[in-house]
Amino acid sequence: MNSDVFAPWEDPQAKPLIQFQNVTKRFGAFTAIDDLSLDIYEQEFFALLGPSGCGKTTMMRMLAGFETPTAGHILLGGQDIDPIPPNKRAVNMMFQSYALFPHLSIWDNIAFGLRRDKMSKRDLEERVEEMLRLTRLEQFARRKPHQISGGQRQRVALARSLAKAPKLLLLDEPLGALDKKLRQDTQFELMDIQEKTGTTFVIVTHDQEEAMTVASRVAVMDQGKLMQVATPDRIYETPNSVYVADFIGDVNIIEGRATAQGDESYQIDWAEGQPPLTATSATALSKGQSCHVAIRPEKVAISAERPTDAINAIQGKVHDIAYLGNLSTYHVELPNGTIIKAQTANTRRISRRSFTWEDPVWLSWTATAAVLLEN
Amino acid sequence: MNKLSWFNTVSLTLGFAFLYIPMIILIIFSFNESKLVTVWAGFSTKWYGELVQNEAFLDAAWVTLRVAVFSSTLATILGTAAAYVLVRGGRFFGRTLFSGMIYAPLVMPEVITGLSLLLLFIGIGLDRGILTIVLAHTTFSMCFVSVVVSSRLVTFDQSLEEAALDLGCSSAQAFRLVTLPIIAPAVVSGWLLAFTLSLDDLVIASFTSGPSATTLPIKIFSAVRLGVSPEINALSTLMIAVVTVGVITASLVTKRAMMRQKQDEQAAARTE
Repeated sequence: MNSDVFAPWEDPQAKPLIQFQNVTKRFGAFTAIDDLSLDIYEQEFFALLGPSGCGKTTMMRMLAGFETPTAGHILLGGQDIDPIPPNKRAVNMMFQSYALFPHLSIWDNIAFGLRRDKMSKRDLEERVEEMLRLTRLEQFARRKPHQISGGQRQRVALARSLAKAPKLLLLDEPLGALDKKLRQDTQFELMDIQEKTGTTFVIVTHDQEEAMTVASRVAVMDQGKLMQVATPDRIYETPNSVYVADFIGDVNIIEGRATAQGDESYQIDWAEGQPPLTATSATALSKGQSCHVAIRPEKVAISAERPTDAINAIQGKVHDIAYLGNLSTYHVELPNGTIIKAQTANTRRISRRSFTWEDPVWLSWTATAAVLLEN
Repeated sequence: MNKLSWFNTVSLTLGFAFLYIPMIILIIFSFNESKLVTVWAGFSTKWYGELVQNEAFLDAAWVTLRVAVFSSTLATILGTAAAYVLVRGGRFFGRTLFSGMIYAPLVMPEVITGLSLLLLFIGIGLDRGILTIVLAHTTFSMCFVSVVVSSRLVTFDQSLEEAALDLGCSSAQAFRLVTLPIIAPAVVSGWLLAFTLSLDDLVIASFTSGPSATTLPIKIFSAVRLGVSPEINALSTLMIAVVTVGVITASLVTKRAMMRQKQDEQAAARTE
């Protein structure tokens, strides 16, 4: 890997591998995908993220060829793939249920796709062995799918879908059936394999942590539309809507009215008798426009005294404390009843907690910590 | 082991007596020395010996066997295809009607099925013989196969077929290489069901058989009208034996396969 940051989506010269062009998909009266356009580039690890029923699985099934768009086109490497049946596409899919063939051994499962290609026996054997090595399954080759564990089955499914060296690999909730610890290990394994093979991966998931961990870019979807497509850090730090801010991670939303206060800086009046908040926004807001201040709990500091230099400071009292081991989250109730979450890292072992229930505390954050979102 | 209460003991005894006493009597009298069926005159296997030399019975048995094999195979092919289309075909026009109609022969009186087939064969000028019995048996046993196979297909994970397509199979290949091997147990039990139905059918066979071909049930029935002979008892005992051995073997095989699968899964879970 060179030192250049991998970001083909910022290069106007780069040719996308997959192009959704105004794609709409309807099932009867229900619109699953609504006039959606999207480019995905070669070697990307692209995540489609959204709640169930948002259309992410439909997107994937259209890429695999199990569904065809009602309107619009999907291009793979510049070629319209709508009329191409699933068995003729250079696209393979890893199914959520893994869909391993129960009557075939692990070896034969991986060889299944290669056998359809009229490959010579030696090449085929070599390729299967290579896949077994890649997924560390050599010792299980002769077993049947029901004779191995869930994590191993997941790797078989991956090996089988990668065996034909597809241009594009689709992963439908690939880690959904694994327990948390195994899932985390497997995420890194997936990234590793993606890097080694250089295959473009499109993953469908409803787990935002998973999407953030593995993906080069994340598309947040809702009701058949793309809400935001960006790198994980941009999705998290600069969400473009309340929906995205709320869907990814934990967030405090304060509603108020904006007044310009100089360069990209705004004053937000959010409650009677409370000092206004200060936040920055790259998009211009008109005077008195209603807006939302979105701020992540870990960017809110909590203290007993009012910090002297804080631009934003609000007083409240501790309503609830959630101790998570590495972190503690304080739910602080403001005088008007709003609950603001503040998170602190427990950096010292067995330190005495500074605050307890009903303690009056000050919450503070900097001018750039929050994101201003229009309605 | 729990001890049964006297009430349960009596219920159990009565129930099983009701089911099996007639058959036990038949088996006992098949070893009777006497020619009179109701008089016990000592143990003998001579009726089995005479049975083997009875050309008419052997012919009928051979006809029955051929009819059962052909008709159950044909019914299995047609029934599996019908089940596949009805379960997998999506919502095509008239699907509800078809799926209702395929089950109708299950409740249709056999006399009516037999009569309508007889009229059809006469109408198209087909001479009654082995062929007509095979066709008739296929007709009525096909829906049984269809019921067995479609109940398996309903629980079949459709993503397995999609995976096969995704890996480069045509629809036909996906069916042959993935679907069929997985639903094979249901197809086999459908075949066995059709085979047994054909083996012991009397009503439809008597409508559709001709002078050139008589099945065993028809032969037994007509022989009994002239009086029950110990030879018939011997023949029936043999049929019971064949069926019993078949059923026990089938259930043992299934049970062992299930136990092995369970052990494997437990072993796999431990290595996680």
